[in-house]
Amino acid sequence: MFRFIVRRLLQLIPTLFGLSILLFIWLRRLPGGPETAILGERGTPEMRAAIRRNLGLDEPILIQYGRFVRRMIRLDLGTSISTKREVTTEFLQRFPGTVELTITAMVIAIGIGIPLGYLAARRRGRFLDHASVGGSLIGICIPVFFLAYILKAVFSENLGWFPSSGRQDPTISATRITNFFVLDGLMTREWDAAADALMHLVLPGLALASIPLAIIVRITRASVLEVLNEDFVRTAEAKGLTENVVRRRHVLRNAMLPVATSIGLLTGGLLSGAVLTETVFAFSGIGAFLADAINQRDYPVLMGFIMIIAVVYVLVNLIVDLSYSLIDPRVRVR
Amino acid sequence: MALLDVEDLSVSFARRGQRTVRAVDGVSFSVDAGEVVGLVGESGCGKSVTSLAIMGLLPKQPGLQVSGKAVFDGTDLLQLDDRSRRDIRGRDIAMIFQDPLSSLNPVVPIGIQVTEVLTRHRGMRGEAAAKEAAQLLDRVGIPDPKRRLKEYPHQLSGGMRQRALIAMAVACQPRLLIADEPTTALDVTIQAQILELLKELVRDSDTALVMITHDLGVVAGMCDTINVLYGGRVVETARRRPLFRQPRHPYTVGLLGSVPRLDAGRGERLNPIPGSVRDLLPWPDGCAFAPRCTRRVDACVGEPPELVLAHDARSYRCVNPAPVPGLTPGEEVREVVPGQATPGSVPAQAVPDDPPAVPGLAAAPSEEETP
Amino acid sequence: MTIISGKKREKIDRLAELAAREEERGVSLWQDAFRRLRRNPAAIVGAVILAIFVLVAVVGPFFVPYGPTDTMGIREGVVKVGQGLIPGHSAEHWLGYDHQGRDVFSRMIVGARQTLLVGVVATLIGLAVGAFIGGVAGAAAGLGGRWGRWVDTVLMRFIDMLLAMPSLLLAVSIAALLGPSLTTVMIAVGMVSVPVFARLLRGSMIAQSNSDYVLAATSLGVRKSKIALAHVLPNSLAPVIVQATLTLATAIIEAAALSFLGLGNPDSATPEWGVMLADAQQWLGIRPALAIYPAVAIIITALGFTLLGEAMREALDPKLRK
Repeated sequence: MFRFIVRRLLQLIPTLFGLSILLFIWLRRLPGGPETAILGERGTPEMRAAIRRNLGLDEPILIQYGRFVRRMIRLDLGTSISTKREVTTEFLQRFPGTVELTITAMVIAIGIGIPLGYLAARRRGRFLDHASVGGSLIGICIPVFFLAYILKAVFSENLGWFPSSGRQDPTISATRITNFFVLDGLMTREWDAAADALMHLVLPGLALASIPLAIIVRITRASVLEVLNEDFVRTAEAKGLTENVVRRRHVLRNAMLPVATSIGLLTGGLLSGAVLTETVFAFSGIGAFLADAINQRDYPVLMGFIMIIAVVYVLVNLIVDLSYSLIDPRVRVR
Repeated sequence: MALLDVEDLSVSFARRGQRTVRAVDGVSFSVDAGEVVGLVGESGCGKSVTSLAIMGLLPKQPGLQVSGKAVFDGTDLLQLDDRSRRDIRGRDIAMIFQDPLSSLNPVVPIGIQVTEVLTRHRGMRGEAAAKEAAQLLDRVGIPDPKRRLKEYPHQLSGGMRQRALIAMAVACQPRLLIADEPTTALDVTIQAQILELLKELVRDSDTALVMITHDLGVVAGMCDTINVLYGGRVVETARRRPLFRQPRHPYTVGLLGSVPRLDAGRGERLNPIPGSVRDLLPWPDGCAFAPRCTRRVDACVGEPPELVLAHDARSYRCVNPAPVPGLTPGEEVREVVPGQATPGSVPAQAVPDDPPAVPGLAAAPSEEETP
Repeated sequence: MTIISGKKREKIDRLAELAAREEERGVSLWQDAFRRLRRNPAAIVGAVILAIFVLVAVVGPFFVPYGPTDTMGIREGVVKVGQGLIPGHSAEHWLGYDHQGRDVFSRMIVGARQTLLVGVVATLIGLAVGAFIGGVAGAAAGLGGRWGRWVDTVLMRFIDMLLAMPSLLLAVSIAALLGPSLTTVMIAVGMVSVPVFARLLRGSMIAQSNSDYVLAATSLGVRKSKIALAHVLPNSLAPVIVQATLTLATAIIEAAALSFLGLGNPDSATPEWGVMLADAQQWLGIRPALAIYPAVAIIITALGFTLLGEAMREALDPKLRK
């Protein structure tokens, strides 16, 4: 187990290395540079050159890359060109919002998806089954940002149940510790701040959950249907076990294996969806900031953010793989 | 009164757009306390469906129809609601399945799979349940039971897995054990061990055993009474010896002829039954075996043959049974039961276990037959 | 002429037999799948939706009542965006005008063609690049020995890198590189689907490489490149084709997302549903229907591809084939 984790983490290094080289070359090929973003069209060539020199962009690309790697080893991701603040600081300030949103979406997707998928399988061919299969099809096919707009229009603007934008009501004075607003509220016992942050998460969370929810319902349903046909479920029934025990211990536990895998794969897509949802709900996560960074050619921010996201993605999948071996004793991690 | 009385049990599956398949068609048999009863036939003859129907384990699906009776200790199992059925299953009637690997939950330790039965039916928990589980594993011949309790099915050998399944089945000392091809998936050497274990358990605890198998060797070694099934019907019921010595239904004759024998002459050939059960779905009118039968006569087609109770207390369904030398056809028939589908059990005492040996037909079954 | 030893001839016969069986299986596999497809109502619904969509996309533009770029509403003074006036459906304009006074119905019809084009081209790009990488990796891993495994590892690490990047970010940066246009959207959406195709084909090919007929061919000394191209590849294609159908759906949706972020075709002369939907977001307050028409069209089309793709997956699944 320990060796498995270490090996996976070591594998991360060449992946990151390769990713950084690709990104580095790629970003430098983008037309225009930070100087265009800063000066607009009016800068003289001299001013442009001065800015480039200042940022060290006039040096050969190999030297620039070497400098980047040396800094990265010290976990220093440099300074943002547009905000002049450390990339790490920017990240720590913005990423918690995206993580909160992603976790909310995942909680919704798993919390509704698994029970619904199970019920659909048990009531195969009946109304609930058809409804959830049909609903999940639409969930996959509806553009996330469109759903976000509908949710906002209906539940916020018309019914007024939930706030329409932001992460928290600005009139609430909340203490910031981790920048996870809900967590901060709980830690400082500012219950109203936590509750308000939670309310702000509901609609964007729902919009973001649509695709993973649809996929989890489908996979759970298919997987439960398969397990229900297994001999060991018949054995469990033959033992006269209560329906509850059969369901929990024998059906769901086995049906969870493919679901766990899909959850890992869905994480990558969730980050993309988060960018769209954040835009619609003016939710300050990394989404809008990253989009700006591309337009501004803010190289350090782009490099840093994408590298960290890659690490997070790999870590999530590592956790999923580990949990897999917890659910299934036959999978031995080596 | 018999422990289990199955009367006119029928199971049919109706599928949309397809002809209804009658997997079990008026099967009747009975099992006395402590008796070992065999249900024998080729795959597809309805023996597994019969057992699953009795247990209420047929997968629920639209179009499934079960009729008849399965009276266990005075209650008709087929009329019970789900909850009472669950109370009986695992406690009074237990079942052992064919493939021990797929019949065990791969992600739950053996120990929990044993103790869950104890918890459910005997209210045992924690330490006491674990202790009892270890004793059960020990009883079915699993060495080092304490360690095995913590292991998962994939860590056990095939024989060990089947032993573990048997331990779960006998955990509540059921009065009836149904074993559905319990040795088919195992190596030959292991098969003998498992059969020996089953025999032992049944003998020690006065448990009745229904042995479902296609293997006549298993039947010869274990069963007191044998029901031969074909096409979802019981075609012949007899005590062990009479059946092996003098099979009457041509299908039984064919089954015995398909088994290679050590004492057969060198030049003698096996007499396999042509065709297979699966070729014949859905059943033709009349005797289901008629298309494959060597003794077929015109009367075989049309009406299903009636049940014949013969003089040696056996019963069969055939209009042209294999002859018994020394008796003129018809003379041996005690009673014909028209429309009545119940051969019932053959009373153990009423049958002379040793009818006069008839040379030429089936020679006496191998030694293992004699206990 | 070379003399073939008895043993070798035996092997050849065996291979021929295996190959024949394989071929037979291949044909019956597709026929069988098609037969089951025809019986599946979901497949029928999906196919009908797609047939209508393709028909509209191909011939529709020749029959539209108005030019898709004709700003007649403003010219005639019917549409006054400043006063919040965008008239809805009427006998002349079935779906009303858009914010620039153009006929929405005509734009929807012409947009179908662009949308289909984006979906198909994007999927083809993803399929071509992904299948190439996956095919090389799969062939190398399955048949190539030590060097093959090395090639496979390098290629799959590259795919891992693509996967580690949020797909939208990948698309956005491609779009930034190329500037906003329809081509950009196609390439960006296509590149996002590369890892899926690559992994799928590789996995499928490795599974095929371990089968008996490959062993038979290898033992006969058939060249490995030939085994890979003539036997392994064709037998590995089924899941890839299914995935391509499903990708068509996601490609259309993702293209809409890129348009929403302002990376789509800035030239609204050629209408596309994603761009129309993105444009309509500004007028939700005045006339939400402007967003609903393209959104519903996108959903239904994506639904058609998904239904058909899922039904194909089911039809080709050997586990369900009984």
